[in-house]
Amino acid sequence: MFKRVLISVLLVMVVFGLMFTAACKKKVEPPAPPAQQEATKDASAADDAAKKAAEEEAAKRRALEEAEAAKRAAREAFMNEDINFDFDKSALREDATEILKKKAAFLKDNADVNVMIEGHCDERGTAEYNIALGEKRAKSAKNFLVDSGVDAGRLNTVSYGKEKPLDEGKTEEAWAKNRRAHFVIQ
Amino acid sequence: MFKKFILSCFILFLFTNTGICRTDYDYVNISNPFLKKIPIAIPVFKAMYETEIENQIATEGANLLSDTLEFTGYFKILNREGFLEDIRKIGTTGQNIHFQNWISVGAEMLVTGLLSVKDENSLELELRLFDTLKVNDNDKLLIGKRYSGGKNDLRKMIHRFCSEILFLLTKSYGYFDTKMAFISTASGKKEVYMCDFDGQNIEQITRNNSITISPSWSSDGAWIAYTSYYKGKPDIYILNLKEKRVTNVTEKGSNLSPAWFPGRFALAASMSFSGDSEIYLLTGTGKIIKKLTNNLGVDVSPSFSPDGKKIAFVSDRAGGPQIYIFDLSSENTERLTFQGKYNTSPNWSPKGDKIAYSGIDNGEMNIYVIGSDGKGLTQLTSSQGKNEYPSWSPDGSLIAFNSTREGISRIYVMTAYGTDQRRLLTMPGEQTSPSWSPRVGD
Repeated sequence: MFKRVLISVLLVMVVFGLMFTAACKKKVEPPAPPAQQEATKDASAADDAAKKAAEEEAAKRRALEEAEAAKRAAREAFMNEDINFDFDKSALREDATEILKKKAAFLKDNADVNVMIEGHCDERGTAEYNIALGEKRAKSAKNFLVDSGVDAGRLNTVSYGKEKPLDEGKTEEAWAKNRRAHFVIQ
Repeated sequence: MFKKFILSCFILFLFTNTGICRTDYDYVNISNPFLKKIPIAIPVFKAMYETEIENQIATEGANLLSDTLEFTGYFKILNREGFLEDIRKIGTTGQNIHFQNWISVGAEMLVTGLLSVKDENSLELELRLFDTLKVNDNDKLLIGKRYSGGKNDLRKMIHRFCSEILFLLTKSYGYFDTKMAFISTASGKKEVYMCDFDGQNIEQITRNNSITISPSWSSDGAWIAYTSYYKGKPDIYILNLKEKRVTNVTEKGSNLSPAWFPGRFALAASMSFSGDSEIYLLTGTGKIIKKLTNNLGVDVSPSFSPDGKKIAFVSDRAGGPQIYIFDLSSENTERLTFQGKYNTSPNWSPKGDKIAYSGIDNGEMNIYVIGSDGKGLTQLTSSQGKNEYPSWSPDGSLIAFNSTREGISRIYVMTAYGTDQRRLLTMPGEQTSPSWSPRVGD
């Protein structure tokens, strides 16, 4: 009987104790972090993100600018780099095919670009023969680009013969410069 | 000028024995008529009333006659300072002239002129050509003509008389009523210009404000075809000179070097719409009649034989440009030139026996003449700049061409044998590509 009472007391105590512990537990619960501290932390994270975004934006812009510049440079190189020919010849020289390979790559990267290929000659010979010769030169260049996979419909040709020399000189050097195919983006 | 001009001419004297010149001797040596020139005296004309205007025309007319006869290459004009008698004092007819005085100064021929200006606008001019060496005095007068017209017709009267003289000597009336079309950069761009055969009366024909080249005359002188970049690429334009009407040939590619079919309203030209330049026959309105050549490569610069049966043209089928002859009936093509690696701009002679062209040899570009059978190659210019675009006078005695012998390119004329090379005209810019008109007459 005593044992039963003892157990009961103990139970009560345990319950009490449990209750107490629960209350205590409630009391010792760690305080919630202060609201201000939380806000500060949030703001600095936003700052970082914005900075990062701005940086990313700038980098992106830079990259875009660089890409644009590269594109412009490629475009300019495409326009400015002529291919040259030997006297009275329309066959492509090795230096010409190297340049044409770059032009073909550019045209593949820039599918919206159409090109006028101009054939030119040096001042020797008649205007008429040189127009016909210049046309052969422009067509040699066109055929190479078509063979390299550029759609023929994007490539037009015109011959100016000896009518538009780059260099008015009467030297072999001037003539060599004038025997050319020139590429104009339309 | 031609409209208000009514020119009448009368034969003053009948020749009772026109065969004399042939039976006695030939005035003009056939093998090279320009080697021995006929010494001719052309004193200042006699003025009937000796008014200021008459005296002025008397000098002007005699000078123009001298220049025109000298232009032909057949004559040596004697210096007036050495003359022993003054026809203005003694008279201009055979009865008045002491021929020994003219023989003494070396004159084998003599031209006298008598003129009167009755009112502001009327000019009468009598011109006589004498052979001083004829034994019989009655045979000395070779040609006598009287011309009447306006004061402004002096040039035309003199040219008519020169035609008579040339016909007597060569059986051809010459080219004194012809014109020369050419290209000049006087305006800053290459445009077609025109002048009289002697470089006078220059006139701008096209105003395309772009590159214009290759003028070519139709055989009736009514049309000029040319090539222009007016629309950004070489196309053919066919211009009616009187009506200022233009038709164009603007097929894809290059449309180049038109040349008129003799006696027909048709032309040959080089066109590349097929992807490769070939010579085509076109109507005068630019419609394709027929493709003539069939060769991968350049085929340009056609020039018809005067009978219209053949075409000389330039092709690079053997590598460099050479001249070939295409036979329109057999459709055979034969190579004409073998000397030199670069021969272009053929121009068939009006007699049909020769073809003039320009060729590069030893770094020089010169004018050559070759028989249409490929024989008798002759070089006409040498060591005097770049010489190109030969064009025969309609009588075949002269060849016009352009040359850089004096720096920039100008137009020159020489005899068909290469003698007497002289500049035709001076004007701003560079002049190239002369094209001598046919005799147009009126």
